Formats: sequence, C-alpha cells, structure tokens
Amino acid sequence: MSAPAFDVTSQIGKPWKKPPFVQNPLLRWGLLAGFIAYLIAAYMTIDVNWARVYEGLERGKQFVLAFTSPDFTSRSGDIYDGMLESIIMTVAASVVGIAVSIPIALGAARNVAPLPIYLICRGIIAISRALQEIIVAILLVAIFGFGPLAGFLTLSFATIGFLSKLLAEDIESMDRVQAEAIKASGASWTQWINYGVQPQVMPRLIGLSIYRIDINFRESAILGLVGAGGIGATLNTAFDRYEYDTAAAILILIIVIVMALEYISGIVRARVQ
Amino acid sequence: MPVREAGSVKEWQRRTGRESLFHWVLWLIGIAIFAYCWQRISESTTWFFVWDAPRIANDIWTRATPPRWEYITQLGKPIWDTLNIATLGTIFALILAVPVAFLAARNTTPSAYFIRPIALLIIVSTRSINSLIWALLLIAIIGPGVFAGVIAIAIRSIGFCAKLLYEAIEEIDTTQVEAITATGASRWQVMAYGIVPQILPAFAGIAVFRWDINIRESTVLGLVGAGGIGLQLSSSLNVLAWPQVSLILLVILAAVVISEWVSAKVRGAII
Repeated sequence: MSAPAFDVTSQIGKPWKKPPFVQNPLLRWGLLAGFIAYLIAAYMTIDVNWARVYEGLERGKQFVLAFTSPDFTSRSGDIYDGMLESIIMTVAASVVGIAVSIPIALGAARNVAPLPIYLICRGIIAISRALQEIIVAILLVAIFGFGPLAGFLTLSFATIGFLSKLLAEDIESMDRVQAEAIKASGASWTQWINYGVQPQVMPRLIGLSIYRIDINFRESAILGLVGAGGIGATLNTAFDRYEYDTAAAILILIIVIVMALEYISGIVRARVQ
Repeated sequence: MPVREAGSVKEWQRRTGRESLFHWVLWLIGIAIFAYCWQRISESTTWFFVWDAPRIANDIWTRATPPRWEYITQLGKPIWDTLNIATLGTIFALILAVPVAFLAARNTTPSAYFIRPIALLIIVSTRSINSLIWALLLIAIIGPGVFAGVIAIAIRSIGFCAKLLYEAIEEIDTTQVEAITATGASRWQVMAYGIVPQILPAFAGIAVFRWDINIRESTVLGLVGAGGIGLQLSSSLNVLAWPQVSLILLVILAAVVISEWVSAKVRGAII
C-alpha cells in the first residue's frame, strides 16, 4: 500500500479522523445503501407472527428451566439405545471413511498420481463435498431402507470428501527432498509411499481423523430425523411430545460427548505434533 | 537401531520387538471394536432391502429423470427465503458473537476465572448442536416458519464465529495496543483503535465463510418446517414427486456452488 502524499501544513490544527475501511466513497455508500435496501426487502418478506412468538416464550422458558432439571431416567432405555447406535455409526463410518479416503487422497495429490487418476479422485471429492449429509441420508434411506446402515454409509461418504481434500493438500505441500532420498535408495512405489510420504503426513492425518470423528458424531445426532438411525429419532420424538426434560438430557449428553472428544483430540494433536 | 539376528547377519527392522507387539495389540483392539460395531449395524439392517438396492436405485433414477423444469417458477420465493435465513442468521450471529469473543479471549476478558468459562461454555454448547436440532426446538417454541430458521442459524453460528474470532483476538500484536494505551486512551478507545483494526480482516473473512456454510445449512432447514427450499423438498418427497425432487436437488447444488464461489472471491479480495 502506498500512502498518498501527506501535506503536514494543511493538517495542523485539525483533529485526526479515522481512515474509512473502504477507500472509494461512492463504493462505500453504495455498499451501505445496498445492504440497507436488502435488509428492508428481507424484513418485508419474512412474516413473523409476533402473537405466536409471544405465546411461545412461555414454552421457551419451560425449556430453559428443563436444562436445570434434565430427566435422564424416564426414557433411559431409548436414550441409551440411541446414543449407542450413534456412537457405533460414528466409529464404523470413521474407520471405513478414513480407510477409503487415504487412497483417494494419494490419487488426488498431483505430485503422486498421474493426471487421469488425479481428475477422477478430485471429481469424487467434489461430489462428496457438494452434497450435504442430510440429503445423502434421505436418498440412502430411500434406497437401503431405514436403519443405521444408511447413516453409516452417509457418514463414510461425507468423511471421504473432507479428509481426502485436506490430506491431498498436505501431500502436495510435503518436502520433496525426503521422498526423493527414499526413491534414490532403490525403493519400490509402495516402499516410497510407506517411508517417504507417510511419515511426513502422519501427524496431520491423525489430527484430521480425530477432528472428523468429532464432526461425524455431531452429524450422527441429526441423521435420525430422516430415519437413518442414531439418537436423532429419540430427540425428535421428545420434542414432538413436548418432553423438554428428556430433550434437555439428550442435548446435555451430546454436548458432554462433543466436549470430551474435543479434549481428547487436543491432547492427541499436541502429542503427535 | 532395532535389528534382528538372523544367523550371523544383522537385519534392519523398523521397530523393536516390544514396540511391534504394542502396535499389534493396538490393531487387534481397533479391529475388534470395528467388528463389534459392524455386527451391531448388520443386526439392525434388513438385508433383503440392501440386496434389492440396485433395483430400487435404478427405479428412483428412472422416475427422477428428467427433472420437471416448469416447477422452477414455484421455487423463486423459497430460494429467496433460504437466502434470507442464511444472511439474516449470519448477521444476528455476528452481533452476538462479537461480545462473546471478547469475553472469551484471554487478553480482553474482564475475568479469566468467572466470565471466560461462561463464554467458552456458550461457544461449545452452541457449536456442538446442529442447526436442524435448534430448528426443531425453535419450531416447538415459536412455531414453524422462516423466523425459526433465522434464529436456529444464528444460534448455531455464534459458537463457530466466536471461536474463530477469539483466536484472532488472542493472536493480535500487543505493541500496537501498548502504543494506544501509552497515549492515555481509555479502555474503550484501546478497543476501538488498538484491537478492532487488527481483527477486522479476520472478522470479515469469518463472516463470509460462515455465510457460505449457512447457505448450505439453510437449504435443508425446511425438512423440519423452518422455511426455505427444504419445505418444497420435504413436501415433494412426501408425495413421491421424484421429478420435482431432482429439480430441487439441482437448484440446491447450484446455490451451494455459487455461494462457495462468492465466498472464495470475497475472501480472496479481503486477504
């Protein structure tokens, strides 16, 4: 940034003013006006039924109060089964997803794979990233029927897009010198990957995998809404029956498990790096 | 260096005997856990449906193609609603996230022992619950509609924005803050002239990034009744109107790609 010529004599005696964020005044006011016009347009098209909202505040208060007395016991069987199913789906989908995404990540790294394989793997990653979990789950439930298998497949599919993309970027930015040294010792292709590439990307792979397990658990909590297994179905039923204390118990369990996973992932990532 | 004595020749090994045993046991435990999980999943699966799946998938595909293009005239309003949910939700979330971030950052929090843990709890709890669950909850409380969607997106985004923002605040350059303090500025002036200019680029980046994610999330909020294009998707699915479903999926895909492109452009311009 080159500062414009600063004329000291004309500035003496005048109070300092903060320079604006956007330099061009026309653009600045144009953006502001456009933004306000959009806000007004958006507000006009959202019809909020304030009477209904006011009526709901009482139920909202009940829900907040439910957090102070969550009910873990009266539906403990359903909660236990749902949670176990969510965890099982998370574990199985993470294992399969990670196992599948490693070869795809190798294929999607330009310095490892030839061009045709690179394009195919990048295509798989793009498709997996563009489709949302819940939409994939709806389609898979329609195809495979209700149950955790659809949820397991959904999470595995979503893991591929996330993990392969980030891992491929890491492989592409690895240190070539080490990999070449292994190659110069006469290693075969698999030995080259095993001793030249893998040690360099391992810390990142472990960190990403644990982060993905965390995401998979959070996502597995909603897959039940469309019939793909897990705690979501129990939660939905609890909301439909206005059993806020049970719903609060489930939400607290989800938060606690996510916090525990984040804590573990922090320790593991600190250790491998 | 771990070696193995094979006769008189010493052979190089990657790990010592104890290490490889440890690794072996670790793998065994991992595979046992996976086998158990797989067995539980397989128990609650109707395998007949799975063997039948290729036929069903083929059947759905023939029903869904070609998409019913003329239905697109009815999708204008839902798309506008989806855009509003994402944008207004992001704006509300940012308004709420800024104070939370300042309370959570180690260098700006008024009290590290009382207020910081509360701010961190807000961040964790809003982040760990998906926007669909927030939407379910808000629909039970304030009734279905776009407003519930806006609030659901806003609550869900607070944690995400506040977390990234407070990390940015913790990484600021302290010399600039000290320079402002040395001129005799008050606490608020230090905030406005020392800290805010340093985090403004990060703030703008976070806002656009989250807006992009929110577009994706708001497309499916309608499945639980919180407005947007998901409502059309869910009603089309309920009456098995597959040509409409495929058109809606194409529209959602286009919206996701466009929002990602916009967000990448804007972030590129800021940074």
